[in-house]
Amino acid sequence: MFEFLDKFMPGVLESLIPRASEFAIQIDVLFDVITLLVGFWFVLVLGYFFYLVFRYRHREGRKAEYVTGETHKQKQAIEIPHFLILACDIAIIIPTFVVWYNVKIEVPPPDEEVRIVAQQWAWTFYHAGEDEILGTDDDIVSINELHVKENTQYTYHLESRDVMHSFSVPVFRLKQDAVPGRVITGHFKPILTGEWDIQCAEMCGVAHGIMGARIFIKSEEEHKVWLAANTPIDRGASLLAVTSEEEITESKENKNNG
Amino acid sequence: MAEVAPAEVGHGDAHDDHHEESFWSKYVFSTDHKIIGFQYMFTGMAMALIGGYFAYVFRMQLAFPGSSIPFWGTLSPAAYNSLVTNHGTIMIFWVAMPVLIAAMGNFCIPLMIGCDDMVFPRINRLSYQIFLLSAVILIVSFFVPGGGFGGAWTSYPPLSAKAEYNSTPFGAPLWLIAVTLEIVAFLLGGINFITTTMNARAKGMKIYDIPMLVWMIVIASILFMCSVGPLVAGAVMLLFDQTLGTSFFDAAAGGDPVLWQHLFWFFGHPEVYVVLLPAMGIVAEVVCVFARKKLFAYKLILFSSIGLGILSFFVWAHHQFISGVDPRATYLFTTTTLLISIPVAIMLFAFIATLYGGSIRFSTAMLFALAFIAEFLLGGVTGIWLGSSGVDIYLHDTYFVLAHFHYTFVPIAIIAVFAAVYHWFPKMFGRMMNETWGKIHFWGTVISFNGIFIPLFILGSAGQHRRIYNFQNFPDLAGQNMQDMRVFATMCLVLMLAFQVIFIVNFIVSLKRGEKAGRNPWNATTLEWITESPPPHGNFGSTMPEVYRGPYEYSVEGREKDYWPQNEKP
Repeated sequence: MFEFLDKFMPGVLESLIPRASEFAIQIDVLFDVITLLVGFWFVLVLGYFFYLVFRYRHREGRKAEYVTGETHKQKQAIEIPHFLILACDIAIIIPTFVVWYNVKIEVPPPDEEVRIVAQQWAWTFYHAGEDEILGTDDDIVSINELHVKENTQYTYHLESRDVMHSFSVPVFRLKQDAVPGRVITGHFKPILTGEWDIQCAEMCGVAHGIMGARIFIKSEEEHKVWLAANTPIDRGASLLAVTSEEEITESKENKNNG
Repeated sequence: MAEVAPAEVGHGDAHDDHHEESFWSKYVFSTDHKIIGFQYMFTGMAMALIGGYFAYVFRMQLAFPGSSIPFWGTLSPAAYNSLVTNHGTIMIFWVAMPVLIAAMGNFCIPLMIGCDDMVFPRINRLSYQIFLLSAVILIVSFFVPGGGFGGAWTSYPPLSAKAEYNSTPFGAPLWLIAVTLEIVAFLLGGINFITTTMNARAKGMKIYDIPMLVWMIVIASILFMCSVGPLVAGAVMLLFDQTLGTSFFDAAAGGDPVLWQHLFWFFGHPEVYVVLLPAMGIVAEVVCVFARKKLFAYKLILFSSIGLGILSFFVWAHHQFISGVDPRATYLFTTTTLLISIPVAIMLFAFIATLYGGSIRFSTAMLFALAFIAEFLLGGVTGIWLGSSGVDIYLHDTYFVLAHFHYTFVPIAIIAVFAAVYHWFPKMFGRMMNETWGKIHFWGTVISFNGIFIPLFILGSAGQHRRIYNFQNFPDLAGQNMQDMRVFATMCLVLMLAFQVIFIVNFIVSLKRGEKAGRNPWNATTLEWITESPPPHGNFGSTMPEVYRGPYEYSVEGREKDYWPQNEKP
């Protein structure tokens, strides 16, 4: 339905930012529906307003009319538009419910899962690794880099370690607050390959302004290459963490020597 | 009931032989409603200068990230957050509230309903003193170790609750104490507005003879009183979390951080209508006077505003669509949010219909009132995108939201207030403001205001988020096109601030040298225009006015004059 409607829409959001998730089109179409309905009323009311201001400007010798607005006929001037606005409201509410259900309530069965942990001021992403199961030894942990593959249905589990954060991927039209003490589950399905911003959308302290990350959407083959290059062979993710700590100490020592 | 007021006020009969007061008792510790109104107005204007200066600093940072800002220096991220937070807090709690409700309410209500003072003048004085104290505490909070609070004006815990997260161990509690005291001040003021309007009206002033501005301030005060309880409770809990180590909002210890959001927005959304309604009232008064028209459908406007007030208690969670509340709850809040467009539209339509058949004089006050209608219309309709929960998933916390609420709050707290100042200045100070400079000020303000926020709608639609001190850190937002729009918006802000200098100069010069205003320079009908300008202590001299008709009898057929004052005997 949304694909069909999209053909008749101005496509405001798409002209500004690509649609990289399956449900992005729904939000874009809803945006356009509202733009058309509200834009119509806005132009009409503003046009009539300026007409009145011009038409009834003060001129010598002409006295204003005495209109109370209390007679039935005069009240209709407001009552009729008010029913039309109600109709427009309903025309917006119904597709809103559909979009909201599709994006935020129904979670389709996932092909893959990803765990997202927000903290002051970084994103940690737990990818499922080659076995495509989250929480096993071959999980790939990365900071501020989310790697996903195209045309795959993902479920995400969003957590926060300290304060409120908000996981926002503008190209997905996706946003969800991360609340400490809760694991919030949602979904997305990337449909474009490329690399875009992830932003924190909730004020989270001094470095909120640099709490960004990047999302890398790759084709199936490219994603496999990435998996192979990053999977710690014969070692679990826990060992990887130890290695990286060693590396850090090494680099510190190098600095001291230098 | 009208006779009750003088006795309670306690100086009902003593006006004529009132002794000359010292400067301190006349202007600082006064119980005169007009002086208290001026105190609120000038404090609000001074705070607006601070809030405007903050906006200048952080907009300069966004336009020219990292460079040294004239009159500030280089801006650190912590200072940026603090400026953004306190800009919002100041503009809402220390500018919109005091000027629209307290200043207009104090100055206009007793004059418009024809009584000599507020029913509780000492509570009124206490209200201002607590308000002033709250403003001082807020300003002090900028200079304590760690700096001013920077956790956004919504102050969401756990960020706001723990110094280890927000890095402002003194700024955060002081900010919270200041906001709470400010609210206490307005509770005291609200009691006065409601009681005075209900009990101390001039003889003959029936319920539908009350000017719309008075009604709007009364309804706004009732809304404020009904909504503020949860916020004060929440603020005390948050203060305990900050200072005593309790865990009301700490999930790890059994609290719930989302609870604060409910308490805050249950107050926060009616608050929008608390400041909107007085602005609507100002516009109603000014439009009627300068269109020489009776207000179109007085009762419909009144009932719409009451309906709006009731409905405003059921929309708060539209600020929390994506904040982790049960997603099914949004069905209710989307519906109520979109339905609230109807009473607002009715009120705007009624104002527009009032122009029909009028004889419109484009005084500066009228220009500002008309600009309010046009600009607020855009602010109102952009709320539809955000009220629709589906679109809000994308637009939440972007510059689209920011542009939307500035298109509501700037018309409310800046444009409508200017309409009020230009309109009532002759009554307040007995002299006229310069109209030519007024019109230059009007066009400069309104054009540059649109120049600031229209680019921000586009930036927000392109995915730019709020409260980020340097967009160059985000590759998708660092493009030259987007940066050009930021620079344009900042330039327009500088221009808009520069045009306010014209207003300040015009205001001060007119105070001293303006043309003398008579009692009724605009040929208006309401009661404040029948007394001297400025009104004496006690307002109406020895004989209190009596009311024979409604407040907007303009251009009545068969009468020679095109206005028919409320107090003129039939």
